[in-house]
Amino acid sequence: MLEGYKDVYVFAETRDGKIQDIAFELLGKGREIADITSSKLHAILVGYNVSKEAKKLIGYGADEVIVVDDKCLENYLTEQYVQATYHIINERHPNIVLIGATSIGRDLAPRLSARLKTGLTADCTKLEGEASGALFMTRPAFGGNLMATIVSPNTRPQMSTVRPGVMQKLHYDESRKGEVTTVKVPFDASKFKVEVVEIKRENKKQVKIEDAKILVSCGRGVGKANLHLLEDLATELHATVSGSRAVVDDGIIEQARQVGQTGKTVRPNVYFALGISGAIQHIAGMENSEFIIAINKDKFANIFQIADLGIVGDVKKIVPLLVEEIKKIKAQ
Amino acid sequence: MLKILVCIKQVPDTNEIKIDPVKGTLIREGVPSIMNPDDKAGLEAALRLKDKYGANVTVISMGPMQAQEIIREAIAMGADDGYLLSDFKFAGADTLATSTALCGAIKNFEYDLVIMGRQAIDGDTAQVGPETAELLGIPQISYAASIDYKDGYFIVERKVEDRIYVLKAKAPIVVTVLGESMKPRYMNVARLIDVYRNKQINVWTAEKTNTPAEKLGLKGSPTQVKESFGKQLKAAGTVMDNLDPQEAAKVIAKTLAEKHYL
Repeated sequence: MLEGYKDVYVFAETRDGKIQDIAFELLGKGREIADITSSKLHAILVGYNVSKEAKKLIGYGADEVIVVDDKCLENYLTEQYVQATYHIINERHPNIVLIGATSIGRDLAPRLSARLKTGLTADCTKLEGEASGALFMTRPAFGGNLMATIVSPNTRPQMSTVRPGVMQKLHYDESRKGEVTTVKVPFDASKFKVEVVEIKRENKKQVKIEDAKILVSCGRGVGKANLHLLEDLATELHATVSGSRAVVDDGIIEQARQVGQTGKTVRPNVYFALGISGAIQHIAGMENSEFIIAINKDKFANIFQIADLGIVGDVKKIVPLLVEEIKKIKAQ
Repeated sequence: MLKILVCIKQVPDTNEIKIDPVKGTLIREGVPSIMNPDDKAGLEAALRLKDKYGANVTVISMGPMQAQEIIREAIAMGADDGYLLSDFKFAGADTLATSTALCGAIKNFEYDLVIMGRQAIDGDTAQVGPETAELLGIPQISYAASIDYKDGYFIVERKVEDRIYVLKAKAPIVVTVLGESMKPRYMNVARLIDVYRNKQINVWTAEKTNTPAEKLGLKGSPTQVKESFGKQLKAAGTVMDNLDPQEAAKVIAKTLAEKHYL
């Protein structure tokens, strides 16, 4: 029954007509899997006025971009997007379909997989393809306490949502060659039963901690009164301030800056874990950072198990001195 | 009057879970079982609609007989009735097989609205709500921060990264609720006593789902767990616990400079 299913398909998420980073990350991993399974990599680009973006997906690794451009896809609405993607998958019979584990992807993917009567693995942090075409999908469960590798042995396509920030995109190559195919989907508008009343945008500019090269991360051991010390350090390093769930819950920093299982997954060049004990849920979000520096008063704190450089000491005392030291080095 | 079904799941409190470092398996002993937080928020959303407009709120759970506890808790919070799907035929179900069973059970009821939590803290998949909605053939609105009902429409605020979609749809629909959006009420003590003394929890077997056995449980699950393991932390680096603050600052600054991060 698995005969006739081939190739890797990636859902290219757009917002306001712009392709989101997660699409390029999926293409990076999708390229690797397509090569291992000797197959092609396709991107499915769904939206309104998005055709002009198709070439970017080729530059990031797609062999083909399938475009569905329709007014009814202007805003993300479940049924419209499921109909568009279902139509393509039903015609093409992919072996593998990858979708970002964003709030759009985690709404779309399960609806789509149930329509296809196939399996779906949520929020994967590791994907491995095999020459046979099988896909091994690894994901955290129990709040990140346990990892499980999931397979979908008897149904196709093999589908998973993939956590943003985990897979790496390829370097953009403008000279890469690929095809752009436009598909007209016969939408059944009688099934469009959810209407948009209003879209409220949050006014303040969203911080994107996942794009920062250096993160200065604040834990409960720092406290609101000392947050400015971390901000000073961040300014000196051109870094961004982030934090653990505890300080978000305490209202010290906003949710967009939260690192961890229920926040963002980050992989900066340098991650400062300041006054962070290192709950497994936090570590799940930052363990792939290139260099981790931890300062904590408790020498048994979990964070020291993964820190590249751990200092047992007081954040409040060390950080201001560190700012001075950095200034000195820069002045030289 | 609105008829609302709320799906709730009993889960181990994952904040209390430990891993056997040798076997890489979960140590469940002594870990308390709780009503999944997002589901509890979903129940709260249903009870707010009941307070405002009048509604019949029925909870449905799937799990071992022990899960009757969270149904009693739901009734003590204000739900009118509760059903537990309990059968070894459901065992080993992935999200699609779980959704198939729930869909079969839900079809026994008349309803305007099905509420679920966005995701359960043990699986963290957020898939059962949308999959159940698809199998029922009705619309879904996920990641809901609030639900209201006006002029025959459910008005739902769907909260995504940088914006809120205010959406409307007519009954019947499935809504999945964000845990952080609604603080659940406490149990009413009189109701709690009453539920233990007088209330029979309805327990249904797989038969009530009217679903062929091959679509349920492990047999009906397209995904399978190949292996599970405790998390491997990367090797520890250098930890220094004998530096004064000035020395510590120097060590960090020097390391940053040496590694060209400055």
